[in-house]
Amino acid sequence: MEKKILTKYIDDPNQVNIDTYLSHGGYKAFEKALKEMKPSEVIEEVKKSGVRGRGGAGFPAGVKWGFIPKDNPKPRYLVCNGDESEPGTCKDRVLMESDPHGVVEGMAISSFAIGSHLAFIYIRGEFAYPARMMEKAVEEAYEKGYLGKNILGTGYDLDMIVHTGGGAYICGEESSQLNSIEGERGMSRMRPPFPAVAGLYACPTIVNNVETLAAVPFIINNGGDWYASMGTEKSKGTKLFSLSGHVKNPGHYELEMGTPLSVLINDLGGGMLDGHKLKAIIPGGSSTPMLLPDQIDVKLDYESLAEAGSMLGSGAVIVIDERTCMVWVAERLIHFYRHESCGKCTPCRDGTGWLEQLISRIERGEGQPGDIEKIESLCGNIMGRTVCPLGDAAVMPIESSIKLFRDEWEYHIQNKKCMVKSEFAFK
Amino acid sequence: MIIDSNKIQKVIDDSPQDKKQLIMILQNIQLEFHYLPKESIGLVSEYLGMPQSTVYSAATFYKSFSLVPRGENIIKVCKGTACHIKGADLIIDQLYAGIGIKPGQTTKDMKYTIEVVNCVGACAMAPVMIVNDKYFGEVKCNRATKLVKKG
Repeated sequence: MEKKILTKYIDDPNQVNIDTYLSHGGYKAFEKALKEMKPSEVIEEVKKSGVRGRGGAGFPAGVKWGFIPKDNPKPRYLVCNGDESEPGTCKDRVLMESDPHGVVEGMAISSFAIGSHLAFIYIRGEFAYPARMMEKAVEEAYEKGYLGKNILGTGYDLDMIVHTGGGAYICGEESSQLNSIEGERGMSRMRPPFPAVAGLYACPTIVNNVETLAAVPFIINNGGDWYASMGTEKSKGTKLFSLSGHVKNPGHYELEMGTPLSVLINDLGGGMLDGHKLKAIIPGGSSTPMLLPDQIDVKLDYESLAEAGSMLGSGAVIVIDERTCMVWVAERLIHFYRHESCGKCTPCRDGTGWLEQLISRIERGEGQPGDIEKIESLCGNIMGRTVCPLGDAAVMPIESSIKLFRDEWEYHIQNKKCMVKSEFAFK
Repeated sequence: MIIDSNKIQKVIDDSPQDKKQLIMILQNIQLEFHYLPKESIGLVSEYLGMPQSTVYSAATFYKSFSLVPRGENIIKVCKGTACHIKGADLIIDQLYAGIGIKPGQTTKDMKYTIEVVNCVGACAMAPVMIVNDKYFGEVKCNRATKLVKKG
């Protein structure tokens, strides 16, 4: 069942106010870190907790923080990645608009740990309301002395800037996000150097997801061991899952890592819409390979999903029922990735365009024999050949759709129409 | 549509003269005029001391910027994966029947513009339609036009 840690007070409408947040034990962890701990101890505690990047990559946060070169004299920056744009994902929005101080506190502790005095929170342009809530929270934190100069009399200074984006999926990728903050087009950067060495303004920079940072205060309050006691051996703690698609109760649910997918879909999500059958599940945001109904008992953690041939990604579970044509889904997906490709790498820029042409021609009923093989060949030529993971993200759902539902694709080409009768997809 | 350059200049002058504020400044102009008037590219480039091409490239890279005039009311229909499989296309069809424009178009009286947007991060309430930043979740397609007219 649900294990509410990050989302404990999410339903309290007053949680956005600093007084309510303080009455729930807010900013205690920041105070503890500032007054009782050294930055290295904070990093050690986060390493011990085993919390991994919740944006999708799943890289251990504490280890990432440790990558900042100790002898670099340049200023250091923390960037909180609130550019949640992966289709299906609606978890960071909830945290930012319902518990913004939790995010501010997590950012403050993390900034202290890495020795940063300026932290940015990058919120996507479409999130006008979450951005307002975060701005208000930052203002209140300044008023109460949790941000600014000489915080709580400890001599530590920290400023925080809320930065809104302009609507580009690619800006959720960390190096593109840094370019966007610098006022440039959001195009990804070659690595190395990694942002921890040369990031924002060529200074050491740590980019973490909203959910990762929001977990930090709990780790400091209760200890890394406490956090590590939840979840599985390698995937620790809890994670927010966004459930959407053809289920009765879509929404966001916080679960312990390793909870079976069936619990999320059937017990919490109330199962499929009446009279409909499960056809496929996208388990971690639209860029992850699909799962079939017989895999519904897979555990929701990084390792189990990788074993099942997919990814935990951002934890966005999209449930698809039998009325849905998979070619139709693929067409929309590739349209999205073609549009969002920044254009830097040829395989992604041109490849997604070719894929869109091929897939929409099949969807229109103009597909030709050999098109599927062409798509597969294109996918193989994009995968792993781009600077950032957008190319891979575009290809993975298409490849898995063809692998799992090849009969539907072939039917489309041979019969010039969908195999399934749907009220949503026409033809 | 003619926009007074002085008005644009005023918005620009209220912003910090800092190259890294480029996107913020463009956002402020768009907030005022619902789109980026042609003159704004040149004015911003002069103000920030950067080539027009750089300003133009940023303005065309980010999806939220429009270089053509948009209506008073902006209707966004989400077509992220979750909304797509829950019938976003039906909303678009209904809006076409009700207001007479397709995505990307603006009504002649400059009252409405319809845009298709990618995932807006509200997938649990799919399908989602946004009218002037007000979110409508689980939109029944036959009510779409009514929701728009009510605002």
